[in-house]
Amino acid sequence: MRTSGRTRKAAVIAVAGLATCATLITGCSSKSDNKSDGSTKSPSNEQITLRIGDFGSFGYDDKTGAALFAEYHKLHPNITIKEDNVADSGVYWNALKLHLNQNSGLDDIQAIEIGFVAEATKPQFASKFVDFSKVKGFNASDWVDYKEKEATTTDGQIIGLGTDIGPTAICYRKDMFKQAGLPTDRDTVAAQWNGDWQKFIDMGKQFKANGPKGVAWTDAAGGLFNAVLSSQTTQYTDDSGKLIYDSSPGVKTAWDLASQAVENGLTGKLDQFTDNWNSAFKNSKFATVACPSWMVGLVATNSGPANQGNWDVAQPPQAGNWGGSFLGVVKSGKHVAEATALAQWLTAAPQQVKVFQKFGNIPSTTAGLSDPAVLSTTNPYFGDTPIGKIFSATATSIKPAPIGPNDGLVKDTITKNGLLDMDQRGTSKDKAWSNVQAQIKDKVGDQG
Amino acid sequence: MATSVRATSDGSPPSSRTARSSPRKSGGTGPPGGWRAKLYRLDTKASPYAYVAPFFLCFAAFGLFPLIYTGWLSLNRVELGTDAKWVGFHNYTQLWDNTFFWTALRNTFTLGLISTVPQLMMALGLAHLLNYKLRGRGFFRVAILAPYATSIAAATLVFVQLFNPDYGMINQLLGHVGIGNVSWDSSKWPAQIAISAIVTWRWTGYNALIYLAAMQAVPMDLYEAAALDGASRFRQFISVTIPSIRPTIFFTIIVSTIGATQLFGEPLMFGGNLGVSGGTDHQYQTLSLYMYDKGWQIGELGQASAVAWVMLLILLLIGAVQMLVVRSNRRKLGG
Repeated sequence: MRTSGRTRKAAVIAVAGLATCATLITGCSSKSDNKSDGSTKSPSNEQITLRIGDFGSFGYDDKTGAALFAEYHKLHPNITIKEDNVADSGVYWNALKLHLNQNSGLDDIQAIEIGFVAEATKPQFASKFVDFSKVKGFNASDWVDYKEKEATTTDGQIIGLGTDIGPTAICYRKDMFKQAGLPTDRDTVAAQWNGDWQKFIDMGKQFKANGPKGVAWTDAAGGLFNAVLSSQTTQYTDDSGKLIYDSSPGVKTAWDLASQAVENGLTGKLDQFTDNWNSAFKNSKFATVACPSWMVGLVATNSGPANQGNWDVAQPPQAGNWGGSFLGVVKSGKHVAEATALAQWLTAAPQQVKVFQKFGNIPSTTAGLSDPAVLSTTNPYFGDTPIGKIFSATATSIKPAPIGPNDGLVKDTITKNGLLDMDQRGTSKDKAWSNVQAQIKDKVGDQG
Repeated sequence: MATSVRATSDGSPPSSRTARSSPRKSGGTGPPGGWRAKLYRLDTKASPYAYVAPFFLCFAAFGLFPLIYTGWLSLNRVELGTDAKWVGFHNYTQLWDNTFFWTALRNTFTLGLISTVPQLMMALGLAHLLNYKLRGRGFFRVAILAPYATSIAAATLVFVQLFNPDYGMINQLLGHVGIGNVSWDSSKWPAQIAISAIVTWRWTGYNALIYLAAMQAVPMDLYEAAALDGASRFRQFISVTIPSIRPTIFFTIIVSTIGATQLFGEPLMFGGNLGVSGGTDHQYQTLSLYMYDKGWQIGELGQASAVAWVMLLILLLIGAVQMLVVRSNRRKLGG
């Protein structure tokens, strides 16, 4: 005993050290145990938790959404659903790519935004998702004709189920329009700018001349750009999947209009979806915002009860689709069968209708779009605007453009590093565009 | 255990465990050149390595391997989720030609400079003050470490509010002295100053404590002698404190330089949605952010690895220069 005292102590330290090391190693790898898919066909009475990863507002949750998780739990008492929500879709997608690559840290269901869905259909990512074209009960024709095409890989795999689409209208402040001597009735307003985005800018100039001081015509150049671009039939990518943002007439139109708005001082110099942008709603800093259906909920929550009745929604100059997402089921999850069933349930027409009624995300299924409950939905916050009719009408007149794997990245660069730079730092239009080109070249580089 | 000790003293072959556990007893009595003696020598020579092994195994797994693997990746074209393709030094030449890389390098340098220099100077001054006998000294010493204990995320979120160009307190205060609205988020220098304010706020106390520890080792006689000679406190600080703790100052400079070169969290959080690109026009994109941008935003892991290695090389270079300075300084002092 005496002799071994020192050695023993050292041995204990050594073992402790090794144990720490081992814990570190297993700690890192324990997450990837999910890979074992032995339990995919487990009996459905087992108590399980399904995790759903998403971003922004899907309107499923029990607090502010349509309480679909609670409803599903009632239908399947053994299934509890947890939501991992990230505010910014770009941040969410970057993390998801990393998780897909490492096959760890993934939720059972992962939402994919339309800007990134083409990238998700690349072989290295698509192989991680369940192929819905082989799933029982899946029928691509349930969705509006372009929706499921966007989530289809070149060899026919369908990686996601469409949740909503983003038919884009214009939300505007009736009270400010009145102060500026502009019409306030939504049909008259829509008629004034109908057919051409340039008319929207021209109205902005009028507003600036006569409207309240310190109030911008529209919130952000990026928002205007997205709304205009989404109404164009050529966007960033051509039919063959090649990135053509540089020569695309659609991008040029949207860029010219947005930079015209900047140069005329019609924008609020804001970056959308930031705290400043949120406060600007509350402080009534701008009169219009391009409103995809999913924006309606944001306008209401951000503007707060004090502004109830001040906002209204009008048909846009040209119909476009901005946004809309998909739900993909991760193959390596523990409960693939249950997750697939849940994703199908969440994206089925009746549930899409519930989400729309409660939250404003418009259905991407044809049955959902033509549902009388959708068509008759009005929004009390906007003074009982028939948002169901407005958005459905816009949705049916959308002419979808081809999308490509770099669209999300290019969009972010143009709106944030191009337009916002012009807006906030006074960079000239030409300089801003050459910055955009340089950055996209740096980012897309070898991939393009 | 007792039996094995007896067995050894009998001269019968011990188990290897015995030899390990009773070196002092058996070592002297065993036949010279016998394998027991060899075991003993092995024990004295090898055991320490076994004891330090855990650290080095962990280091090899989590430090060295990633380092080498990153180096290998930097010579390949590899996208997130695809296999690597050998391209030699292509990634490095691409960096050389890339304006955004140079912007990031410049930003890292300027941000490092305007955060490290005031931070260390303030830390020195604070430590000097805390070194005097003053009431509630213990409280102040703990208090200056508090910012260091705050998480980067929490601290940055607060600073973002303070520096908010529209509603922030800093602009309101500046408004009172007649300085117009400073756009802390979008203009280059204001943004860099705001970020370095966060860094400085967080690390000043930490460095001050290190300085304080070093100052406590300075003999009080020196101060007393200086005081007798009529030196003011400031004079004492310049002529006694600083020369005495010079090695510590060099240490903090090296550590802060490493920290500044790897600056990541503060600009990322400060920029919010624009964090990764470091503002609309990369006004505060640091090398780390550029690496993150390349790696996770775009998925070009090869190029990101090249940036990582360039950062390592830059640090080694700075380290070497600092080492030379320290050495020449020591020679000057005759140490």
